[in-house]
Order: sequence, then structure tokens, then C-alpha cells
Amino acid sequence: MAGETRNIKLSIQNVKKSYMGRNGEVVALNGVSLDIAENEFITVVGPSGCGKSTLLNIIAGLLDATSGKVLCDGKEVKGTGPERGVVFQQYALFPWLTVEKNVRFPLDMKGVKGAEADAIVDKYIHMVGLENFRNHYPKELSGGMKQRVAIARAYAGNPEVLLMDEPFGALDAQTRTQLQQELLDMWEKERKTCFFITHDVDEALILGQRVVIMSARPGRIKSILPVDIPYPRDQRTKMSERYLELKNHIWEQVYQEYLEVRK
Amino acid sequence: MKKGLSAKASRRLWLLLSVASAIVLWTILSVLPSTSRSFPNIIKTFSQIKVMIARKVLFKDIASSLISVVSGYALGFVIALPIAILMAWYRPFRYIVEPWINFIRNIPPLAYVPLIVIAAGVGRKPQIIVITLATFLTMCITMYQGIINIDETLIKAAKILGASDRQIFFRVLAPASLPFIMTAIRLGSSVALTTLIAAESTGAFAGLGMRIRSLNNNFETAPMLLYIIIIGCIGVIVEKVIKFTEQRLTGWQEKREI
Repeated sequence: MAGETRNIKLSIQNVKKSYMGRNGEVVALNGVSLDIAENEFITVVGPSGCGKSTLLNIIAGLLDATSGKVLCDGKEVKGTGPERGVVFQQYALFPWLTVEKNVRFPLDMKGVKGAEADAIVDKYIHMVGLENFRNHYPKELSGGMKQRVAIARAYAGNPEVLLMDEPFGALDAQTRTQLQQELLDMWEKERKTCFFITHDVDEALILGQRVVIMSARPGRIKSILPVDIPYPRDQRTKMSERYLELKNHIWEQVYQEYLEVRK
Repeated sequence: MKKGLSAKASRRLWLLLSVASAIVLWTILSVLPSTSRSFPNIIKTFSQIKVMIARKVLFKDIASSLISVVSGYALGFVIALPIAILMAWYRPFRYIVEPWINFIRNIPPLAYVPLIVIAAGVGRKPQIIVITLATFLTMCITMYQGIINIDETLIKAAKILGASDRQIFFRVLAPASLPFIMTAIRLGSSVALTTLIAAESTGAFAGLGMRIRSLNNNFETAPMLLYIIIIGCIGVIVEKVIKFTEQRLTGWQEKREI
């Protein structure tokens, strides 16, 4: 661990986002503030409609906040930037490119060529275990493999922060568990700052150092829970007493929000 | 399906059966008193190849029609592509132009042929204009609808991965549009051929469509039927070529389109 005095990598400062809906102004995010430390793995959990995806898009620079701002390394975020990578739920692979060329895409954009690019591509294809699928097109891959390619592609862009928008939401339970484990292993190797959105309490807890619980409409941070379970974590962690205690705690808060949404 | 037959071979067999039954049907039509005048039998029809060659018109007609179709179609494509992109990009342009296209698209070309002849005179020019217009309308709408339906997350992903606007255009939008462009090309080719008769009713001197109309004046049904079959054959060949190219270029697609 990097110690107590960690640098603040991302600073979300009183971010508000509203848009005009059919019945007037809809507030998606209402004053969200959060500091994320360098190398931290933070997970965000909340019911659908709590604005967690909106928040991720604002951090990524794909959406502008109505007010408030996001700082990355102290600089205000304006649009997308190479230091912030995103993994989308729908994979967003380029279907006309093979696995290898998808992973190479960010390098092509930056003009990284030759042996240097090859080495990076090889490294991340190896990291996600898809060496035998280098020349396959996305349509020939399963959902789990597609998301592995997307993760490798995000890594190849060498971002300092990884923003993940329910990346395993469309996968079956078994594949999801497997990818969670792989992601944990990758994170422990490179310790990239991770901002991970999910609606799955288990997923939030097994991955994150802190779990941010959001409330629905308008989206606010309801509470932040430090997860004092040491890494490396694996599936057995889910059976530990502390884990169950924390899970129960998060679940109660999230459940309240579900009830709110249903009203 | 019989055991031991590969899927491809069985498809061939079905095609053969389809052609054979069409010939049977045709023969029946050539015997029935009420239809025998319109459908001379297969031997009589194909023997007209020699007759039309002897009259020195067959190759001239095919060549003339192909020149009109290919140039009108190519011109239609060249105009449709940028207009489709503009429509997808600039909302005001779309709102003004799209209703025009949808309006004209449903009018049979034969209806406005006289106006084109009055404006452009007779000969090759009006033929090409008619085919250009008809293929343009179909291709433009098809391409535009494809381009506006490009998955937005792909553009977002490209932006995140550091693509500039120029790179997004050439590396994402262009390949993502390719399937729709190929569909447009396929639909356009069929429109080009079906517009041929209308195009050649502009006082053409040769051409498959023009010849059918002139043979009609003497009730020469055998060569007429031959010419109709030739148009059909050209259509099938063109479609095969386009489908093959499509498979090559856009085989990466998840779903095949119709």
C-alpha cells in the first residue's frame, strides 16, 4: 500500500447535473463531492437512476457538469483525456477490427508504432489471456472475452485512471466472478486508480477499498464505507465474517434506496 | 436433407430444381391458349438470340443500356454519399432535404420522364439523369439512415482512446458506415435496372428497354421475352458480384442485413 499520505488523483467537487425532461428540469446529480486517492480502487453502488453513470461520464469528459467541477491531478477536466480510460458495459469494441487491432487502436491514435507498439499489444493481450484469439473478430468472441479485449484496450492506452461503467453487468454470474478475480489481479499488479460502477453489492465489496453508496433521484452520495479487508482477495473472502457484516451494512442502505425508487 | 450432401451442394440442387420448375411453368404457359401469345416457348425465345444478332441490335442494345445504367448509377452514388453524410451531420440540412427525398422517392420515374426530356432533350443525357435521380434517392436514404444509427458508444470509445475528430471520421465512422453503404449499393443497383424502361422511354436510339418498347409495336413477343430475360440475368449477375464484395468487406458484422 502506498501509505497514509496518498496523493489525490481525482477530485469531484460539488458536481451537479440537470437536464430538461418532458416534465421540466430533472436533477440527475445533486452536489456530489468525492476525493479519490492515487492507486485507489473505489466502487460506486446504487440503484438504477441514481446518476452513477452520469457521474462517470462527467469524470471521463464525455458529459459536462451543469455546475461544479472535476479535477484530475489538480487540473480541471475539460473533455476526454488520455489519462482517463473507460471500460463500457456494452464493450464498445470496433467490430471491423480484430482483437489485436482493437488493442492497438489507442497506440495508433497516439502514433506509437513498430516494436514498441507490438510489445504493449502483446503484453495486454497476454494479461487478459487472449493470445489464441488475436486474429479473431469481436463477433467470434463470447461476452466475457469481449470485455477482456476492452480492458486490454483500455490498458494499452496507458491511462492513469480507469473508469469502469458496470463493465460486468451484461455477463453471466460465473463469467462475472471470473472477471472480477482477473481485474483484482491486474489491479494489484499495476495499481491503477480505479473508479468502478456497479449495482451489485457483492461486486462493489469484493473489489473496492472504499464503497460509495449513492441515493436515487436526485443522485447524491449517501455514505462512503471503507472496506477494511486486506488484499489479495478472492472468492473465499466472500465467506469471511467481516465481509458478511459489511455486505449486510451496504445492503441495508442500498435496499432503502430501492424502496425510495419504488415509491 | 439427404445424408452425405454438403449444404452447398444441396443449395445447388435446390436452385437447379427451381430453374427446372420455372421452365416447366413457362412451357405450360406457352401451351395454354390464353397465354401462348405472350409466352413463346423456350426454344423459340432463345433462337431469337441469333435473329437479334443478325439484326445487329443485340450487343448494341446491351452495351447502350449498360452505359446508361453504370454511369447513372455511379453518378447517383457519388452524389448520394456526401449528401447522406451532410444529412447525418447537419440537422438543418436534414430537416430541409429529407422530406424532398421522401416525397420524390415514391413517384414512379416514368411520371417525370417527360419533364426531364423537355429540359434535357433526347439521347443519352436524359437516360442518365433518370437513373441518377432514382438511384440517388434510394441510396441516399439508405446511407443516411445507416450513418445516424451508428452505435454512439463506438464514437465515445474512440474519443476516450485519444482519437481526433479526423481520426474518428476515418477510423470509426467510415468503417462503421461501410455495411450501410454496401446495402445502399445493392439496393441502388436494383433500382438502376428497374428504372431502365423509364429511362429509355426518353427517345433512346438503342437499349434493352427501348427495344422492348419498339418490339411491342409489332407484337414480336419472342424477342421481347428474350430481352426481359436478359435484363433479369444482368440483375442476378450484378447482385452476385455485389454480395460477394459485401461479404469480403463487411464480413466482420454481427448480424447480416437483408
